[in-house]
Amino acid sequence: MYLSGSWINGFFSAIADWAKGIYMSFYNAIVPDQRYLSYLQGLKITLLISFFAIILGILIGVLVAVFKVTATNYKMKWLSSICNVYINVIRGTPLMVQLLIIYNLIFTSRNSNEIIIGSVCFGINSGAYVAEIIRAGIESIDNGQMEAGRSLGMSYIQTMRKIILPQAVRNILPALGNEFIVLIKETSVASVIAVTDLTKAAQYIGSRTWDILPPLIIAALCYLVIVMGLSKLMSVFERRLARSDYS
Amino acid sequence: MITVKNLKKTFGDNMVLNNINETINKGEKVVVIGPSGSGKSTFLRCLNLLEEPTEGEIWFEDKNITDKNANINQIRQKMGMVFQQFNLFPHLSVLENITLAPVQLGIMTKADAKDKAMELLNRIGLTEKADSYPNKLSGGQKQRIAIIRALAMNPDVMLFDEPTSALDPEMVGEVLDLMASLAEEGMTMVVVTHEMRFAKKVATRVLFMDEGKIVEQNTPDEFFDNPKHPRLQEFLSKIL
Repeated sequence: MYLSGSWINGFFSAIADWAKGIYMSFYNAIVPDQRYLSYLQGLKITLLISFFAIILGILIGVLVAVFKVTATNYKMKWLSSICNVYINVIRGTPLMVQLLIIYNLIFTSRNSNEIIIGSVCFGINSGAYVAEIIRAGIESIDNGQMEAGRSLGMSYIQTMRKIILPQAVRNILPALGNEFIVLIKETSVASVIAVTDLTKAAQYIGSRTWDILPPLIIAALCYLVIVMGLSKLMSVFERRLARSDYS
Repeated sequence: MITVKNLKKTFGDNMVLNNINETINKGEKVVVIGPSGSGKSTFLRCLNLLEEPTEGEIWFEDKNITDKNANINQIRQKMGMVFQQFNLFPHLSVLENITLAPVQLGIMTKADAKDKAMELLNRIGLTEKADSYPNKLSGGQKQRIAIIRALAMNPDVMLFDEPTSALDPEMVGEVLDLMASLAEEGMTMVVVTHEMRFAKKVATRVLFMDEGKIVEQNTPDEFFDNPKHPRLQEFLSKIL
């Protein structure tokens, strides 16, 4: 009786110590020196980079997709070759390598704005994927739709705008949402070009407290919350699309 | 109205249309028949340049539409086309399907286009479907709406590319009836079809195509009762 009692007591106090240790290391990773502000600052950078990269990615992607589709339509081989080179290079090389190349190629001056650097790098990268998503969305629409529009006397552009694109959007949006989720997560690579994003902030704090795991877990939770929020938003969006009058 | 001169069309090495010369006059109802792969659909699609001819000229209402400087969009406004697969716009209501092109092209105001569309819908007895979407319609209804969508542009000629081939047998009749009534009103029509009864009843002239050429043409009575070319005799013996 006595022996087993002390064993249980020992067990509980060990658990209590362990829990206290975890609590302390998370406490140290968040509270002292207002470290939580570092996470918020990093989170802000991550969100800003993601936001501008998404905008830039959409701009580049739409442009390249339009170039590619028009190039096939008007038989301009050179234009589609240029677009293909861009897409193949971006898709065929690792993001981190692209990041380092672009960083050292364009932003050689060390005091350039880190948000701009990150946005441009990730925007150029994302543009290739967005272009392919949009092109695939446009090409998924039956050719008969284009023919029907043209046979009524509408121009290529009118048919594209009024008939093809409204239908293609339903195929494009879900894939685009996925691309944005990937993009937000991949901005964590930005730390290699000295951008203090959420991941880098977590690493800094870890190097201060000599305890790297808690800050990383906190950063991971932040990403998780953002991504889950975004997917929730997307599924609401998709459901609304699916509920529209035609299917 | 339509004159085709030395029309050739190749897909790669495959010669689909081999030197076709043909004139279609105003008010004619020309039915094109032939075995599959004979080039009849390609011929029809060349008439409004959905297929670009490899060689030759096509003249429509005294304009060379194969000319590089021809305004093909303007020309197509006067050539209605009906497809085998209907090709209604699924994201637009029936009414919007009909009014889109006239309004977009600035031919009619929105109100006028709507009046015209309702009048056409009334003609085919589908006014209550005006606000439905194409996926709620039967095949026969879709094709009849595709026909009046083309009619809303007030075309001078109507091209039909196997308009009944994708329909359930019981719906073929309603589409052919609409086409026959169009023919009665004097619409110029070019119809690619396998409906021999329609050809006999409505056509003023029947063309038989085989291997990219027009092998024989005649009035429907002569064409069906007294075929001359052996290939046509063989074809008719198989299908009649």
